[in-house]
Formats: sequence, structure tokens, C-alpha cells
Amino acid sequence: MEGWIFFLFNGIVYGLLLFMMSSGLTLIFSMMGVLNFAHASFYMLGAYFAYQISTITGFWPGLIVAPVLVGCIGALVERYFLRTVHRHGHVAELLFTFGLAMLIEEAVVLIWGRNPVPYTVPPDLDFALFQIGGMSYSAYKIFMMAVSITMFVFLYGVIARTRIGQIIQAALTHPETVGTLGHNVPRIFMLVFGAGTGLAGLAGVIGGNAFVTEPGMARALGTIVFVVIIVGGLGSLTGAFIASLLIGVIQTTAVAIDVSLTDIFATVGLDLRNVPLHELWSKRISDVAPILPYLFMVLILVLRPRGLLGTRDS
Amino acid sequence: MKHVLRSAILGAAMAAVASAFVPIAASAETVRIAYIDPLSGGFANIGNAGLAHFRFMVDKLNAEKALPDGLTYEIVPFDNKINAAESLTVLQSAIDQGIRYIVQGNGSSVAHALVDAIDKYNNRNPGEELLFLNYAAIDPALTNEKCNFWHFSFDANVNMKVAAMTDYLVERPEIKKVYLINQDYSFGQAVAAAAVKIIAEKRPDIEIVGNDLHPLIKVKDFSPYVAKIQQSGAEAVITGNWGNDLSLLVNAGKDAGLDVEWLTFYAGLLGGVSALGDAGVDHVRQISEWHANVPNAEMDPIVTEFKQLYPEFDWAYYRVGTLMNMLTKAVNEAGSPDPKAVAFKLEDMRLPTPVGEVWMRKDDHQMFQQLYLATLAKGMKFDLENSGIGFKTDQEFTLESTVLPTSCEMKRPE
Repeated sequence: MEGWIFFLFNGIVYGLLLFMMSSGLTLIFSMMGVLNFAHASFYMLGAYFAYQISTITGFWPGLIVAPVLVGCIGALVERYFLRTVHRHGHVAELLFTFGLAMLIEEAVVLIWGRNPVPYTVPPDLDFALFQIGGMSYSAYKIFMMAVSITMFVFLYGVIARTRIGQIIQAALTHPETVGTLGHNVPRIFMLVFGAGTGLAGLAGVIGGNAFVTEPGMARALGTIVFVVIIVGGLGSLTGAFIASLLIGVIQTTAVAIDVSLTDIFATVGLDLRNVPLHELWSKRISDVAPILPYLFMVLILVLRPRGLLGTRDS
Repeated sequence: MKHVLRSAILGAAMAAVASAFVPIAASAETVRIAYIDPLSGGFANIGNAGLAHFRFMVDKLNAEKALPDGLTYEIVPFDNKINAAESLTVLQSAIDQGIRYIVQGNGSSVAHALVDAIDKYNNRNPGEELLFLNYAAIDPALTNEKCNFWHFSFDANVNMKVAAMTDYLVERPEIKKVYLINQDYSFGQAVAAAAVKIIAEKRPDIEIVGNDLHPLIKVKDFSPYVAKIQQSGAEAVITGNWGNDLSLLVNAGKDAGLDVEWLTFYAGLLGGVSALGDAGVDHVRQISEWHANVPNAEMDPIVTEFKQLYPEFDWAYYRVGTLMNMLTKAVNEAGSPDPKAVAFKLEDMRLPTPVGEVWMRKDDHQMFQQLYLATLAKGMKFDLENSGIGFKTDQEFTLESTVLPTSCEMKRPE
């Protein structure tokens, strides 16, 4: 069953990357109530900044500098645009972040062109660390896992255990009370938005070279990230963590299952080959694997609209 | 008074707008060609690369005064956003502008839609026929069960390319297990079906150890597919994947230490080599009608000149040159740019090209040409996308060896 261990491992790595993407999104939502459609665009910016930095200094400085740069851009966006739009309600916010996503994509095309850029895994980590069942496992993937887990522990610690975390949470539900206590609530929101986008930037730095850095990367990941936070429960960090892992594992292990509903029913003597929609039943599970997360989302929305660990029905 | 003035201004404005939209009457001096391909969105770079090829050829032929009676070519670009419905809208505006030649390549679904629409239009408007010259859509149905007199195909179709790949496998008896992984849409399914059929005919000892279809551009992490390929013990993988679906697949294979030959259709597609990087070198092969490192004194200056004019692209569509040269020959032989007369001249045409003769079969309007199987390699004379990586020929296939029978029953106009 070494093959299954490999599949499981792959699922966990992919899930952890999804978590890095979605943690910032769910953080911003839980703190500010803003659903940021441009979140994946900040992921893309992280990847492109890291590529640009890596052409000058190599990979490692970019790991720090690129997320900070992305976070600064995020904070500026909050300070000068989102804060103004915020007054006009959630619809205006959604439209603004939607437009921002397109703007960032076009800006990336203008600066770096439409073709993928050659952003590659650093040579220090580009080797096989160990083998499972004849399949080698690259050191970079383990590095991705480590970064992601560290991030979860750190974030959880900050929000649940520190004074800053308490102020941030209080500012969400009782902004005026927090304001009268002498805290600058708008600045707290700006910092949260900056931190959230910075996390997306970090995901871009380590995901951009594992996959492909090109102008379509934001759009490609944008939808799956929303699936994660809806399944996990809007605003729940732990929920996002569990949902990311679940979706990662479901998707990768499903690829390994080469049976269809027709085959399953055939084992109990039922022939589905001539019934209506027989093409649908004869699709193998492996063929529909990438669609399963969306199916999962629909099921969650029907059975438990608040998500696995969500606290509000919205 | 005020009213009169206002309506006068309105009238003038309307006249100005109307005149801007009046189709410029097709002047006798230009043969205009509508280029219908994606020019915005995620595939814009590929559409723009094709457009650059056509512009280059048109400028060259106009400078040589290749057309009779002082005629010149003009390329008119139309953005179809790689969408069949959008393509029909822009086809209509091309017709409104009096354009009678259509070229398109990206997406067999688009090509099918255009063939249908053009066939209907030509039946209803005798004397004003349109002609569709397809430079890259390679669904075999286009020159088999869905063949049409007004459509000519200048790229080898899926069946021909898979047959050539199989001829290569015949030379490599040590390959016993082949894995198929393709995108789940008409083209990917055609590749899978052709591979299953043709390998069983030519190399019956080969076992197809896997046949996966995955959704188009939806998969980010290909490592589970790679694990399946590894467990199957495959020595070669045949894939029609292109774009990120190819580079992510090959890169995931490299990460997992997968040692297979990748037999592909589109590794050299714009953006492919940059995204593949070193993972593709010596492992990834492509079947195509030409590549820059086929030694040829006539082609080398074209490659260099094209790169100077369009630095972001490489000369990759050899067949675009062939297409324009065949069209020019047909117009000269017909003595007029009338699409119907030209279509009859294109049928059964043979034309010498720098690397060999090509032939447009009359039965199905499928063009036959030499094919090359080539591997990505470093240190070649011409590289792609300034990556230092270029193609190196493994095997050459003659025109004759690529000829396959057709099921086309073509209806010809009077």
C-alpha cells in the first residue's frame, strides 16, 4: 500500500498549499467582513515579485521581501480604496475587489507579458529527499509543508492567544467600544488586510515555482480558494485548515480510483450500461476527480450552510 | 430654431457615425483575409503569435509582388476569445466588410462551428462564397465524416500525428508499455482513441497500461497522475496536453523522479518551453511538420528575420508559410482571387517547400507534408523563447508515410 501513502502525502501537501492561500482570505473575512475577490491576485503578485527578486539575488531573500511587498500593497489598497468603498456596503466592496483582480491581472501582463516566466525551485531544495514505493519525494515539497504548518501555528497563536488578537476580534464586533478605549480601529483593519494579503503573497512565493507562474494563475486558483473557505466555514481559521486538507486528499486519492458507478453496480449484478444517462454513470471516479471539491461544496451548502466550523449562517 | 439646430447636429453626428460603419467596399487591389483567433484573454499570446506569422508572410509576398494584376494581401484580425459563438459573430462582421477568406487554427470546436456557418452561407449566397483555410485545428473529423468543400486543412490531423508517433515506437521495440493521458474534450479524446486504435494495429505487443482523461486546465497538482503512471510501469506517455496541463504534468513527473519518454503534440507551443524548463530536456518529444533545427539554408534566414521583427515569438508555424504560398499559387492559376475558382485550384495541388513537397488531397482537403519527431535539447543552433532549449530531430517521416485513408464523401459545387 505504499502507493496509497504516496497519494495521501500528495494530498496533504496540496491541501497545505490551499490552506496558505485561504488562510489570508478567511482571516480578512473574519476580521473585517470583507470577501476579497482579489485575494488570488495577491498570490500571483507574490509569485511574480519572488521571480523578479530571484533573478537578482536568488530565492531566499524573496521569501521574506516578496510577501512584505505584497502586504504593503494590500495595506495601501485598504487605506486608500477599500476604506472609502466600505461605507457603501458589501456589494460595493465585492465589486471593487472584483475590479481590482482584473486590474492586477492586466498590470501583470503589461509588466511581465502573457507567457509563463521561468521561476524555478531553488537548487538548494531541488533534490529527492526520500522515496516511497519507487516514487521520489522532493525536498521542496517538504519545505512547503513546513512553511504552511508554521504559518498555521503562528496565526492561530496570534489570534487566540495574544493581546493584539483580542483587540482585532473585539474591533470586529464592537468597533466603537474599541475606538473609545483608545485603539485606532481603521489602522487595525489596514494591518489585518495587509497581513492577509501578505500571507497570500507568501503562498505565491512558494507555490509559483512549484506550479507555473503566469497571468492566468490567479484565476485558476481563485475559485478553489473560495470552495475551501465555504466548506471550512467563512471566517474560521481551523475550518479552513481542515477543509484544505480534506479537499487536497479527496482530490488526489480520487485520481487513483479507476472505477465507475457502472462497475460498482455490475459487481452486485445490476447492469447500468443501457439505462438513461449511461455516459454519466460510466465516468470513472478518476476522470471526475478535479470536479469533486465543487461537488463537496454544493453538498456542504445544502447540508450545513455555515460550513464545517463556521459560526454564522451567511 | 433651437430644435432645428439640434436636429441638424444630430443628423450630422449620425451621418458621421454611419459613414464610419459603412463597409469599405472590397477594393479590386486587395485580397483580404480574416484572421479569427483569440487575441485577448488567456490564449491571446498564442493567437498573436499566429497573427505575426500571417503578417510576416503577407508582407513578404506583397513585397515580392507574388499576386497577379497588382493584387496585394491584407490580414484583418478578429478576436474570437477562443469561443465558437463569438467566432460566428466575428465571421458575420468579416462578411459585412466584404472579406471572403477566413483563416483560423486554435480550437477544433471553433473550426467545426466555422465550417457549418460557412457552408450555410455559401449555399445561400452563390457567387459570394467564402473559403476557410484552417492552419491548426486537427480534429480528424474535419477531414473525415464532417469534411466540407469550403474547408482546407494545412496541419496533419490527430490520426496522422499518432500514426507517426507509432512508427517511431516501431523503431523502439524496447518500449512495451504506454500510458495515455489527455484533456477531456474533443481533441484529447481524439488523441486517446487514435492511440488505442493505431498502436493495436502497428505494435500489437505494446500494452496500453493507462488511459486517463482529466478536465481541461482545472488540474493544479498532477502528482497523483504521475504516481499512477509510475505504478503502471509505463516506459512512454502519449499526451495531447498543451499549455499548463503539459508543463505541470511533466514537472510533476520530474519531481517524482519519473523516468519516461513524453510523446507530445504541443511541447513547442508558445510558453511551453519557458514553463517546462530543464524538466523537458531530453525527455519531451514533439511531433510537428518542422522545427527550427531541421538543417535548411532556405529556412534559417526566415527564422532569424522573423525573430528580429517579432522578438517575443519564434517562427513555429511552418505550415502558415505553406498555406500562404499555396493560396498565392492557386490565385495565380485561377487568374482571379474568387474563392470558388481558387478552391478548385487548391485541390490536388502539389507544391515544393524548403524541406519537401506537400500535397493537398482532393478527396478530403487534407494536406500531407513531411513530419518530424524531435526532442527538447540544449545547445542547439536555434532555441525557443530565448531559453537555450531547442528541438533536435529524432526521426523524419516522409509525406507518403503519413497518408491515411479518409471516410470523407465530399459534395462539390457545380
